[in-house]
Amino acid sequence: MPTGTLQIKAISAHPGSIPGLGVQREAEVCKYIDVTTCIGCKACEVACVEWNDLPYQQTTFDNTYQTMPHTTWNYWNLIKFNEHPRDDGTLMWLMRKDQCMHCEDPGCLRACPADGAIVQYTNGIVDFQQENCIGCQYCISGCPFDVPKFNSTTKKVYKCTLCSDRVGQGLEPACIKSCPTGCLKFGTKADMRAVADARARQLREHSGFPNAGVYDPPSVDGTHVIYVLHDITNPEMYGGLPSNPTIPPAYTAWKRVAKPVGLLLALFAAPVAFFHYITEGPKEPSPPAAPGLDEPRLPPPGTGGSPRQPEVPR
Amino acid sequence: MNGAVERLDGGVRRHAGTIGRTVVRGDELVRHPVYTRIVHWSVAIFFVLALLSGFAIYSPWLYRSLTPLFGGGPMTRLLHPWFSLGFAALFILQFFNWLAPMAWNRDDRRWIRRLRSYVSNTDEVEPEYVGFFNAGQKLYFWAIVASAVLFLLSGIPMWFPAIFGRIAVAIGYVVHDVAALLMLGGFIVHVYEGTAAQPGTFSSMTRGTVDRRWAWTHHPAWYRHATGRDPRADYNQARAARPGGPTGR
Repeated sequence: MPTGTLQIKAISAHPGSIPGLGVQREAEVCKYIDVTTCIGCKACEVACVEWNDLPYQQTTFDNTYQTMPHTTWNYWNLIKFNEHPRDDGTLMWLMRKDQCMHCEDPGCLRACPADGAIVQYTNGIVDFQQENCIGCQYCISGCPFDVPKFNSTTKKVYKCTLCSDRVGQGLEPACIKSCPTGCLKFGTKADMRAVADARARQLREHSGFPNAGVYDPPSVDGTHVIYVLHDITNPEMYGGLPSNPTIPPAYTAWKRVAKPVGLLLALFAAPVAFFHYITEGPKEPSPPAAPGLDEPRLPPPGTGGSPRQPEVPR
Repeated sequence: MNGAVERLDGGVRRHAGTIGRTVVRGDELVRHPVYTRIVHWSVAIFFVLALLSGFAIYSPWLYRSLTPLFGGGPMTRLLHPWFSLGFAALFILQFFNWLAPMAWNRDDRRWIRRLRSYVSNTDEVEPEYVGFFNAGQKLYFWAIVASAVLFLLSGIPMWFPAIFGRIAVAIGYVVHDVAALLMLGGFIVHVYEGTAAQPGTFSSMTRGTVDRRWAWTHHPAWYRHATGRDPRADYNQARAARPGGPTGR
Protein backbone atom coordinates (compact mmCIF):
# COMPACT_ATOMS: atom_id res chain seq x y z
CA MET A 1 0.00 0.00 0.00
CA PRO A 2 1.25 3.51 -0.69
CA THR A 3 0.80 4.45 2.92
CA GLY A 4 3.26 1.73 3.83
CA THR A 5 5.93 1.78 1.18
CA LEU A 6 5.60 5.47 0.43
CA GLN A 7 5.79 6.67 4.00
CA ILE A 8 7.78 9.91 3.77
CA LYS A 9 11.03 9.80 5.72
CA ALA A 10 12.64 13.17 5.03
CA ILE A 11 11.29 16.42 3.58
CA SER A 12 13.55 19.13 2.17
CA ALA A 13 13.66 22.38 4.11
CA HIS A 14 10.81 21.25 6.34
CA PRO A 15 10.74 22.41 9.94
CA GLY A 16 9.34 20.03 12.50
CA SER A 17 8.49 16.35 12.53
CA ILE A 18 7.42 14.23 9.60
CA PRO A 19 3.82 13.00 9.67
CA GLY A 20 3.44 9.27 10.17
CA LEU A 21 7.13 8.48 10.58
CA GLY A 22 8.01 5.49 12.70
CA VAL A 23 4.51 4.03 13.08
CA GLN A 24 5.09 1.20 10.60
CA ARG A 25 7.83 -1.33 9.96
CA GLU A 26 8.88 -1.36 6.34
CA ALA A 27 11.76 -2.90 4.49
CA GLU A 28 13.91 -0.66 2.33
CA VAL A 29 13.74 -1.38 -1.39
CA CYS A 30 16.69 -1.66 -3.73
CA LYS A 31 17.40 -1.97 -7.42
CA TYR A 32 20.13 -4.45 -8.30
CA ILE A 33 22.11 -3.88 -11.49
CA ASP A 34 24.58 -6.53 -12.59
CA VAL A 35 26.81 -4.66 -15.02
CA THR A 36 28.52 -7.92 -15.96
CA THR A 37 25.40 -9.48 -17.49
CA CYS A 38 23.90 -6.38 -19.12
CA ILE A 39 23.75 -6.79 -22.91
CA GLY A 40 22.95 -3.15 -23.63
CA CYS A 41 19.59 -3.86 -25.26
CA LYS A 42 18.09 -0.62 -23.92
CA ALA A 43 14.75 -2.25 -23.15
CA CYS A 44 14.91 -0.49 -19.75
CA GLU A 45 15.34 2.89 -21.50
CA VAL A 46 12.20 2.30 -23.54
CA ALA A 47 10.24 0.95 -20.59
CA CYS A 48 11.16 4.03 -18.53
CA VAL A 49 10.01 6.45 -21.19
CA GLU A 50 6.84 4.42 -21.79
CA TRP A 51 5.76 3.93 -18.19
CA ASN A 52 6.51 7.50 -17.15
CA ASP A 53 4.84 8.77 -20.32
CA LEU A 54 7.74 11.08 -21.07
CA PRO A 55 7.75 13.05 -24.32
CA TYR A 56 10.10 11.57 -26.89
CA GLN A 57 13.13 13.48 -27.96
CA GLN A 58 15.60 13.09 -30.77
CA THR A 59 18.50 10.80 -29.96
CA THR A 60 22.10 11.87 -30.45
CA PHE A 61 24.60 9.73 -32.33
CA ASP A 62 28.14 10.34 -31.09
CA ASN A 63 29.95 7.27 -32.52
CA THR A 64 28.97 5.12 -29.55
CA TYR A 65 26.08 2.83 -28.82
CA GLN A 66 24.69 5.37 -26.37
CA THR A 67 21.26 6.82 -27.05
CA MET A 68 22.46 10.29 -26.05
CA PRO A 69 25.43 11.76 -24.16
CA HIS A 70 23.70 11.94 -20.79
CA THR A 71 20.30 11.66 -19.16
CA THR A 72 17.91 14.56 -19.67
CA TRP A 73 14.84 15.89 -17.90
CA ASN A 74 12.65 13.54 -19.99
CA TYR A 75 15.12 10.64 -20.33
CA TRP A 76 15.87 9.34 -16.86
CA ASN A 77 17.49 6.04 -17.69
CA LEU A 78 20.47 5.68 -20.01
CA ILE A 79 22.79 2.78 -20.79
CA LYS A 80 26.31 4.16 -20.82
CA PHE A 81 28.71 2.35 -23.14
CA ASN A 82 32.44 2.37 -22.53
CA GLU A 83 35.34 0.57 -24.19
CA HIS A 84 37.91 -0.14 -21.55
CA PRO A 85 41.38 -1.45 -22.60
CA ARG A 86 42.74 -4.05 -20.20
CA ASP A 87 46.35 -4.58 -19.23
CA ASP A 88 46.63 -7.70 -21.41
CA GLY A 89 45.62 -5.70 -24.49
CA THR A 90 42.09 -7.03 -24.71
CA LEU A 91 39.07 -4.78 -24.60
CA MET A 92 36.21 -4.70 -22.14
CA TRP A 93 32.90 -3.48 -23.47
CA LEU A 94 31.16 -1.98 -20.48
CA MET A 95 27.48 -1.13 -20.24
CA ARG A 96 26.14 0.60 -17.20
CA LYS A 97 22.54 1.57 -16.63
CA ASP A 98 22.77 5.19 -15.45
CA GLN A 99 19.90 6.66 -13.42
CA CYS A 100 19.18 8.12 -10.00
CA MET A 101 21.00 6.18 -7.29
CA HIS A 102 18.42 6.97 -4.57
CA CYS A 103 21.08 7.73 -1.96
CA GLU A 104 20.34 7.02 1.66
CA ASP A 105 21.85 10.48 2.33
CA PRO A 106 20.64 12.39 -0.74
CA GLY A 107 22.67 15.47 -1.73
CA CYS A 108 19.71 16.82 -3.71
CA LEU A 109 17.48 16.78 -0.63
CA ARG A 110 20.23 18.32 1.49
CA ALA A 111 20.69 21.17 -0.97
CA CYS A 112 17.01 21.87 -1.70
CA PRO A 113 15.67 25.09 -0.11
CA ALA A 114 12.01 24.51 -1.03
CA ASP A 115 9.73 22.97 1.56
CA GLY A 116 8.46 19.65 0.24
CA ALA A 117 10.09 19.73 -3.19
CA ILE A 118 12.13 16.59 -2.50
CA VAL A 119 10.98 13.75 -0.24
CA GLN A 120 12.60 10.52 0.81
CA TYR A 121 10.31 7.60 1.55
CA THR A 122 11.12 5.12 4.28
CA ASN A 123 11.61 2.54 1.55
CA GLY A 124 14.57 4.61 0.37
CA ILE A 125 13.11 6.16 -2.77
CA VAL A 126 14.05 9.84 -3.22
CA ASP A 127 11.27 11.54 -5.11
CA PHE A 128 10.88 15.03 -6.53
CA GLN A 129 7.54 16.74 -5.96
CA GLN A 130 7.45 19.09 -8.91
CA GLU A 131 4.49 21.09 -7.60
CA ASN A 132 6.73 22.32 -4.77
CA CYS A 133 9.88 22.74 -6.87
CA ILE A 134 10.96 26.36 -7.28
CA GLY A 135 13.48 25.66 -10.04
CA CYS A 136 16.53 26.94 -8.19
CA GLN A 137 18.57 23.88 -9.33
CA TYR A 138 20.51 23.59 -6.06
CA CYS A 139 19.71 19.85 -6.18
CA ILE A 140 21.73 19.60 -9.38
CA SER A 141 24.82 20.98 -7.67
CA GLY A 142 24.11 18.91 -4.56
CA CYS A 143 23.97 15.60 -6.47
CA PRO A 144 27.29 13.71 -6.75
CA PHE A 145 25.95 11.63 -9.66
CA ASP A 146 24.73 14.50 -11.92
CA VAL A 147 21.22 13.03 -11.98
CA PRO A 148 18.60 15.82 -11.62
CA LYS A 149 17.94 17.64 -14.87
CA PHE A 150 16.30 21.05 -15.34
CA ASN A 151 13.49 21.76 -17.76
CA SER A 152 13.88 25.40 -18.74
CA THR A 153 10.28 25.59 -19.99
CA THR A 154 8.51 24.33 -16.88
CA LYS A 155 11.29 25.66 -14.59
CA LYS A 156 11.24 22.36 -12.70
CA VAL A 157 13.78 19.62 -12.11
CA TYR A 158 13.08 15.97 -12.97
CA LYS A 159 14.71 12.60 -12.40
CA CYS A 160 14.09 8.89 -12.01
CA THR A 161 11.40 8.17 -9.40
CA LEU A 162 12.38 4.50 -9.04
CA CYS A 163 8.79 4.14 -10.29
CA SER A 164 7.52 5.14 -6.84
CA ASP A 165 4.01 4.95 -8.29
CA ARG A 166 4.52 1.29 -9.25
CA VAL A 167 6.41 0.43 -6.07
CA GLY A 168 3.65 2.00 -4.03
CA GLN A 169 1.27 -0.54 -5.58
CA GLY A 170 3.56 -3.48 -4.95
CA LEU A 171 5.01 -3.63 -8.48
CA GLU A 172 8.63 -3.58 -9.54
CA PRO A 173 9.96 -0.55 -11.46
CA ALA A 174 9.33 -0.54 -15.21
CA CYS A 175 13.01 -1.00 -16.09
CA ILE A 176 13.17 -4.17 -13.97
CA LYS A 177 10.08 -5.60 -15.61
CA SER A 178 11.51 -5.07 -19.09
CA CYS A 179 14.98 -6.55 -18.50
CA PRO A 180 15.47 -9.74 -20.60
CA THR A 181 18.71 -10.99 -19.03
CA GLY A 182 17.93 -10.73 -15.36
CA CYS A 183 20.77 -8.31 -14.79
CA LEU A 184 18.17 -6.05 -13.16
CA LYS A 185 16.47 -7.22 -10.01
CA PHE A 186 14.29 -5.51 -7.44
CA GLY A 187 13.64 -6.34 -3.82
CA THR A 188 14.52 -5.35 -0.29
CA LYS A 189 17.87 -3.74 0.28
CA ALA A 190 19.08 -6.66 2.37
CA ASP A 191 18.07 -9.24 -0.24
CA MET A 192 19.59 -7.34 -3.16
CA ARG A 193 22.78 -6.73 -1.25
CA ALA A 194 23.03 -10.45 -0.52
CA VAL A 195 22.44 -11.33 -4.19
CA ALA A 196 25.01 -8.74 -5.26
CA ASP A 197 27.59 -9.99 -2.76
CA ALA A 198 27.09 -13.57 -3.96
CA ARG A 199 27.44 -12.52 -7.60
CA ALA A 200 30.59 -10.52 -6.84
CA ARG A 201 32.06 -13.51 -5.04
CA GLN A 202 31.23 -15.69 -8.03
CA LEU A 203 33.00 -13.20 -10.33
CA ARG A 204 36.04 -13.13 -8.08
CA GLU A 205 36.33 -16.83 -7.54
CA HIS A 206 35.14 -18.33 -10.81
CA SER A 207 35.21 -15.72 -13.57
CA GLY A 208 38.66 -14.20 -13.30
CA PHE A 209 37.65 -10.81 -11.94
CA PRO A 210 39.61 -10.58 -8.68
CA ASN A 211 38.51 -7.00 -8.09
CA ALA A 212 34.82 -7.64 -8.61
CA GLY A 213 32.63 -6.00 -6.00
CA VAL A 214 29.41 -4.26 -5.11
CA TYR A 215 29.00 -0.50 -5.60
CA ASP A 216 27.01 0.75 -2.61
CA PRO A 217 29.02 3.87 -1.66
CA PRO A 218 29.21 4.48 2.10
CA SER A 219 30.01 8.17 1.55
CA VAL A 220 26.29 8.73 0.94
CA ASP A 221 25.30 6.08 3.51
CA GLY A 222 24.70 3.57 0.72
CA THR A 223 22.35 3.77 -2.23
CA HIS A 224 19.07 2.12 -3.12
CA VAL A 225 20.46 1.32 -6.54
CA ILE A 226 23.50 -0.97 -6.32
CA TYR A 227 25.86 -2.21 -9.01
CA VAL A 228 27.87 -5.36 -9.38
CA LEU A 229 31.10 -4.25 -11.08
CA HIS A 230 33.95 -6.27 -12.58
CA ASP A 231 36.37 -3.87 -10.93
CA ILE A 232 35.17 -2.08 -7.83
CA THR A 233 38.51 -0.25 -7.57
CA ASN A 234 37.80 1.75 -10.72
CA PRO A 235 34.13 2.68 -10.99
CA GLU A 236 35.07 5.71 -13.12
CA MET A 237 35.60 3.45 -16.12
CA TYR A 238 31.87 2.73 -16.19
CA GLY A 239 30.97 6.11 -17.65
CA GLY A 240 32.07 8.29 -14.76
CA LEU A 241 30.66 6.51 -11.73
CA PRO A 242 32.40 8.35 -8.85
CA SER A 243 34.48 6.14 -6.55
CA ASN A 244 33.82 8.47 -3.61
CA PRO A 245 30.58 10.39 -4.23
CA THR A 246 30.32 13.33 -1.84
CA ILE A 247 27.87 16.12 -1.20
CA PRO A 248 29.49 19.59 -1.36
CA PRO A 249 30.28 20.60 2.24
CA ALA A 250 28.44 23.87 1.63
CA TYR A 251 25.20 21.89 1.63
CA THR A 252 25.86 19.96 4.82
CA ALA A 253 27.63 21.85 7.58
CA TRP A 254 26.70 25.19 6.10
CA LYS A 255 23.00 24.58 5.71
CA ARG A 256 22.59 22.78 9.02
CA VAL A 257 24.73 24.95 11.29
CA ALA A 258 26.18 28.11 9.79
CA LYS A 259 22.95 29.31 8.17
CA PRO A 260 20.69 29.37 11.24
CA VAL A 261 23.51 30.57 13.50
CA GLY A 262 24.51 33.30 11.05
CA LEU A 263 20.94 34.43 10.61
CA LEU A 264 20.43 34.64 14.37
CA LEU A 265 23.67 36.61 14.73
CA ALA A 266 22.62 39.08 12.03
CA LEU A 267 19.13 39.40 13.46
CA PHE A 268 20.73 39.95 16.87
CA ALA A 269 21.27 43.54 15.68
CA ALA A 270 17.53 44.10 16.21
CA PRO A 271 17.43 43.35 19.98
CA VAL A 272 20.74 45.19 20.35
CA ALA A 273 19.17 48.26 18.75
CA PHE A 274 16.06 47.88 20.91
CA PHE A 275 18.02 47.61 24.15
CA HIS A 276 20.23 50.48 23.08
CA TYR A 277 17.09 52.56 22.74
CA ILE A 278 15.73 51.66 26.17
CA THR A 279 19.09 52.09 27.92
CA GLU A 280 21.03 54.85 26.17
CA GLY A 281 18.00 56.37 24.50
CA PRO A 282 17.85 58.49 21.39
CA LYS A 283 20.39 61.19 20.67
CA GLU A 284 18.28 64.31 20.41
CA PRO A 285 19.49 67.42 18.67
CA SER A 286 21.01 69.58 21.36
CA PRO A 287 19.87 71.72 23.03
CA PRO A 288 16.37 70.29 23.11
CA ALA A 289 13.58 72.58 22.05
CA ALA A 290 12.09 74.17 25.17
CA PRO A 291 8.37 74.69 25.75
CA GLY A 292 7.25 77.80 23.97
CA LEU A 293 10.52 78.03 22.13
CA ASP A 294 9.95 76.07 18.97
CA GLU A 295 13.33 76.58 17.31
CA PRO A 296 16.45 78.35 18.48
CA ARG A 297 16.27 81.90 17.24
CA LEU A 298 19.48 82.95 15.64
CA PRO A 299 20.89 85.88 13.77
CA PRO A 300 20.61 85.56 10.01
CA PRO A 301 23.21 83.32 8.43
CA GLY A 302 26.49 84.94 7.60
CA THR A 303 26.68 87.24 10.58
CA GLY A 304 28.60 84.87 12.81
CA GLY A 305 32.10 85.56 11.55
CA SER A 306 31.63 83.28 8.61
CA PRO A 307 34.43 82.00 6.40
CA ARG A 308 32.03 81.52 3.53
CA GLN A 309 28.74 83.05 2.54
CA PRO A 310 25.96 80.47 2.55
CA GLU A 311 23.81 80.10 -0.48
CA VAL A 312 20.29 81.29 0.00
CA PRO A 313 18.47 80.98 -3.29
CA ARG A 314 15.46 83.13 -3.68
CA MET B 1 7.55 68.48 10.09
CA ASN B 2 5.26 69.60 7.31
CA GLY B 3 5.36 73.08 8.74
CA ALA B 4 9.11 73.07 8.58
CA VAL B 5 9.11 71.98 5.00
CA GLU B 6 6.52 74.54 4.01
CA ARG B 7 8.92 77.23 5.02
CA LEU B 8 11.00 76.15 2.07
CA ASP B 9 9.48 77.76 -0.93
CA GLY B 10 9.36 76.15 -4.34
CA GLY B 11 12.45 77.96 -5.44
CA VAL B 12 14.53 76.31 -2.79
CA ARG B 13 13.15 72.95 -3.74
CA ARG B 14 14.07 73.45 -7.34
CA HIS B 15 17.50 74.75 -6.51
CA ALA B 16 18.22 71.97 -4.09
CA GLY B 17 21.31 70.72 -5.78
CA THR B 18 24.01 68.16 -5.32
CA ILE B 19 26.08 67.28 -2.26
CA GLY B 20 28.24 70.15 -1.08
CA ARG B 21 25.88 72.80 -2.25
CA THR B 22 23.54 72.74 0.67
CA VAL B 23 20.58 75.03 0.58
CA VAL B 24 19.92 76.91 3.79
CA ARG B 25 16.61 78.60 4.37
CA GLY B 26 15.80 80.05 7.74
CA ASP B 27 16.25 77.33 10.31
CA GLU B 28 16.14 74.51 7.77
CA LEU B 29 18.97 72.87 5.86
CA VAL B 30 18.26 70.76 2.80
CA ARG B 31 20.41 67.73 3.53
CA HIS B 32 19.33 65.33 0.80
CA PRO B 33 18.15 66.82 -2.50
CA VAL B 34 15.31 65.28 -4.46
CA TYR B 35 17.55 63.12 -6.65
CA THR B 36 19.29 61.57 -3.65
CA ARG B 37 15.98 60.84 -1.95
CA ILE B 38 14.42 59.25 -5.01
CA VAL B 39 17.49 57.09 -5.58
CA HIS B 40 17.69 56.16 -1.89
CA TRP B 41 14.09 54.99 -1.68
CA SER B 42 14.22 53.21 -5.04
CA VAL B 43 17.27 51.32 -3.81
CA ALA B 44 15.51 50.69 -0.49
CA ILE B 45 12.40 49.23 -2.15
CA PHE B 46 14.41 46.77 -4.22
CA PHE B 47 16.64 46.01 -1.24
CA VAL B 48 13.68 45.00 0.90
CA LEU B 49 12.11 42.98 -1.92
CA ALA B 50 15.39 41.14 -2.55
CA LEU B 51 15.91 40.70 1.20
CA LEU B 52 12.48 39.18 1.85
CA SER B 53 12.45 36.97 -1.25
CA GLY B 54 16.01 35.89 -0.49
CA PHE B 55 15.15 35.05 3.10
CA ALA B 56 12.41 32.72 1.95
CA ILE B 57 14.93 30.73 -0.05
CA TYR B 58 17.61 31.12 2.61
CA SER B 59 15.83 29.66 5.55
CA PRO B 60 13.36 26.77 5.81
CA TRP B 61 11.48 28.31 8.69
CA LEU B 62 10.95 31.58 6.83
CA TYR B 63 10.01 29.84 3.58
CA ARG B 64 6.37 29.25 4.44
CA SER B 65 5.73 32.74 5.78
CA LEU B 66 7.57 34.78 3.14
CA THR B 67 7.02 33.01 -0.20
CA PRO B 68 3.27 33.81 -0.29
CA LEU B 69 4.22 37.50 -0.42
CA PHE B 70 5.73 36.90 -3.86
CA GLY B 71 3.19 34.43 -5.23
CA GLY B 72 4.65 31.16 -3.96
CA GLY B 73 8.00 29.43 -4.00
CA PRO B 74 8.64 29.26 -7.77
CA MET B 75 7.65 32.89 -8.24
CA THR B 76 9.89 33.93 -5.33
CA ARG B 77 12.80 32.12 -6.97
CA LEU B 78 11.97 33.73 -10.32
CA LEU B 79 11.70 37.28 -8.95
CA HIS B 80 14.61 37.28 -6.50
CA PRO B 81 17.40 37.77 -9.07
CA TRP B 82 15.41 40.49 -10.80
CA PHE B 83 14.83 42.33 -7.52
CA SER B 84 18.57 42.07 -6.97
CA LEU B 85 19.38 43.42 -10.40
CA GLY B 86 17.01 46.33 -9.74
CA PHE B 87 18.82 46.99 -6.48
CA ALA B 88 22.23 46.77 -8.14
CA ALA B 89 21.31 49.02 -11.05
CA LEU B 90 19.85 51.71 -8.81
CA PHE B 91 22.64 51.43 -6.28
CA ILE B 92 25.12 52.28 -9.03
CA LEU B 93 23.41 55.69 -9.20
CA GLN B 94 23.71 56.11 -5.44
CA PHE B 95 27.32 54.91 -5.55
CA PHE B 96 28.37 57.69 -7.88
CA ASN B 97 26.09 60.20 -6.16
CA TRP B 98 27.77 59.57 -2.81
CA LEU B 99 31.25 58.50 -3.84
CA ALA B 100 32.87 61.84 -2.91
CA PRO B 101 31.31 62.38 0.55
CA MET B 102 31.87 58.70 1.41
CA ALA B 103 35.65 58.95 0.93
CA TRP B 104 37.47 57.73 4.03
CA ASN B 105 39.82 60.20 5.73
CA ARG B 106 41.85 60.71 8.90
CA ASP B 107 38.94 62.20 10.80
CA ASP B 108 37.05 58.96 10.26
CA ARG B 109 39.79 57.04 12.04
CA ARG B 110 39.48 59.46 14.94
CA TRP B 111 35.71 58.93 14.95
CA ILE B 112 36.03 55.15 15.01
CA ARG B 113 38.34 55.38 18.05
CA ARG B 114 35.62 57.16 20.00
CA LEU B 115 32.86 54.80 18.80
CA ARG B 116 32.13 53.80 22.39
CA SER B 117 31.21 57.33 23.44
CA TYR B 118 29.16 57.71 20.26
CA VAL B 119 27.16 54.58 21.05
CA SER B 120 26.63 55.59 24.66
CA ASN B 121 25.57 59.16 23.74
CA THR B 122 28.25 60.59 26.00
CA ASP B 123 28.61 63.92 24.21
CA GLU B 124 25.84 66.44 23.68
CA VAL B 125 27.10 67.17 20.17
CA GLU B 126 29.48 65.37 17.84
CA PRO B 127 33.15 66.42 17.55
CA GLU B 128 33.69 69.37 15.25
CA TYR B 129 35.42 67.34 12.57
CA VAL B 130 32.34 65.19 11.75
CA GLY B 131 31.31 66.16 8.22
CA PHE B 132 28.43 65.33 5.91
CA PHE B 133 28.70 61.61 6.72
CA ASN B 134 30.27 60.21 9.85
CA ALA B 135 32.57 57.18 9.76
CA GLY B 136 29.77 54.81 10.73
CA GLN B 137 27.69 55.89 7.78
CA LYS B 138 30.71 55.52 5.54
CA LEU B 139 31.37 52.02 6.86
CA TYR B 140 27.79 51.03 6.13
CA PHE B 141 28.05 52.46 2.61
CA TRP B 142 31.23 50.52 1.87
CA ALA B 143 29.82 47.38 3.47
CA ILE B 144 26.88 47.65 1.08
CA VAL B 145 29.25 48.15 -1.85
CA ALA B 146 31.35 45.14 -0.83
CA SER B 147 28.40 42.85 -0.21
CA ALA B 148 26.70 43.99 -3.43
CA VAL B 149 29.80 42.92 -5.36
CA LEU B 150 29.87 39.59 -3.50
CA PHE B 151 26.16 39.14 -4.17
CA LEU B 152 26.59 39.72 -7.88
CA LEU B 153 29.68 37.54 -8.25
CA SER B 154 28.10 34.65 -6.38
CA GLY B 155 24.54 35.17 -7.55
CA ILE B 156 25.14 34.92 -11.28
CA PRO B 157 26.49 31.34 -11.08
CA MET B 158 23.54 30.47 -8.83
CA TRP B 159 21.19 31.97 -11.41
CA PHE B 160 22.73 30.03 -14.31
CA PRO B 161 24.13 26.84 -12.74
CA ALA B 162 24.13 25.00 -16.07
CA ILE B 163 26.79 27.40 -17.36
CA PHE B 164 28.98 27.76 -14.29
CA GLY B 165 28.86 24.25 -12.91
CA ARG B 166 28.35 22.48 -9.66
CA ILE B 167 31.35 23.72 -7.67
CA ALA B 168 30.81 27.39 -8.57
CA VAL B 169 27.24 27.12 -7.29
CA ALA B 170 28.29 25.41 -4.07
CA ILE B 171 30.88 28.12 -3.36
CA GLY B 172 28.53 30.88 -4.47
CA TYR B 173 25.90 29.53 -2.09
CA VAL B 174 28.16 30.23 0.91
CA VAL B 175 29.46 33.58 -0.38
CA HIS B 176 25.90 34.71 -1.09
CA ASP B 177 24.85 33.89 2.46
CA VAL B 178 27.83 35.67 4.01
CA ALA B 179 27.03 38.78 1.97
CA ALA B 180 23.41 38.54 3.07
CA LEU B 181 24.31 38.39 6.75
CA LEU B 182 26.71 41.33 6.37
CA MET B 183 24.03 43.39 4.68
CA LEU B 184 21.29 42.37 7.09
CA GLY B 185 23.24 43.30 10.22
CA GLY B 186 24.19 46.66 8.72
CA PHE B 187 20.65 47.26 7.50
CA ILE B 188 19.12 46.78 10.95
CA VAL B 189 21.58 49.26 12.49
CA HIS B 190 20.97 51.64 9.59
CA VAL B 191 17.20 51.62 10.07
CA TYR B 192 17.56 52.09 13.83
CA GLU B 193 20.00 55.00 13.49
CA GLY B 194 17.84 56.60 10.85
CA THR B 195 14.64 56.48 12.87
CA ALA B 196 14.37 55.90 16.61
CA ALA B 197 18.01 56.46 17.58
CA GLN B 198 18.30 59.96 16.17
CA PRO B 199 15.11 62.03 16.09
CA GLY B 200 15.06 64.36 13.11
CA THR B 201 17.12 62.07 10.88
CA PHE B 202 14.25 60.37 9.11
CA SER B 203 12.91 63.65 7.72
CA SER B 204 16.25 64.25 6.04
CA MET B 205 15.47 61.35 3.75
CA THR B 206 11.73 61.90 3.43
CA ARG B 207 11.30 65.64 2.88
CA GLY B 208 15.01 66.32 2.63
CA THR B 209 15.44 68.79 5.46
CA VAL B 210 16.93 68.92 8.91
CA ASP B 211 16.93 71.78 11.38
CA ARG B 212 20.03 73.62 12.53
CA ARG B 213 20.14 71.93 15.91
CA TRP B 214 20.23 68.55 14.20
CA ALA B 215 22.98 69.69 11.86
CA TRP B 216 25.33 71.05 14.52
CA THR B 217 24.60 68.14 16.81
CA HIS B 218 25.32 65.32 14.38
CA HIS B 219 27.41 66.83 11.59
CA PRO B 220 29.14 70.00 12.87
CA ALA B 221 31.69 70.26 10.05
CA TRP B 222 28.91 70.03 7.51
CA TYR B 223 27.00 72.71 9.42
CA ARG B 224 30.02 74.97 9.27
CA HIS B 225 30.45 74.31 5.57
CA ALA B 226 26.77 74.76 4.73
CA THR B 227 25.96 77.84 6.81
CA GLY B 228 29.34 79.44 7.18
CA ARG B 229 28.80 79.61 10.90
CA ASP B 230 30.63 78.13 13.87
CA PRO B 231 28.61 75.10 15.04
CA ARG B 232 29.94 75.13 18.59
CA ALA B 233 29.34 78.85 19.00
CA ASP B 234 25.79 78.53 17.69
CA TYR B 235 25.21 75.57 19.93
CA ASN B 236 26.42 77.49 22.98
CA GLN B 237 24.38 80.50 21.96
CA ALA B 238 21.24 78.36 21.61
CA ARG B 239 21.81 76.83 25.01
CA ALA B 240 22.29 80.23 26.57
CA ALA B 241 19.16 81.55 24.90
CA ARG B 242 16.99 78.89 26.42
CA PRO B 243 14.95 79.72 29.51
CA GLY B 244 17.15 79.00 32.51
CA GLY B 245 20.38 79.65 30.70
CA PRO B 246 23.25 77.36 29.72
CA THR B 247 22.54 74.85 32.47
CA GLY B 248 18.85 74.88 31.78
CA ARG B 249 18.68 71.26 30.82
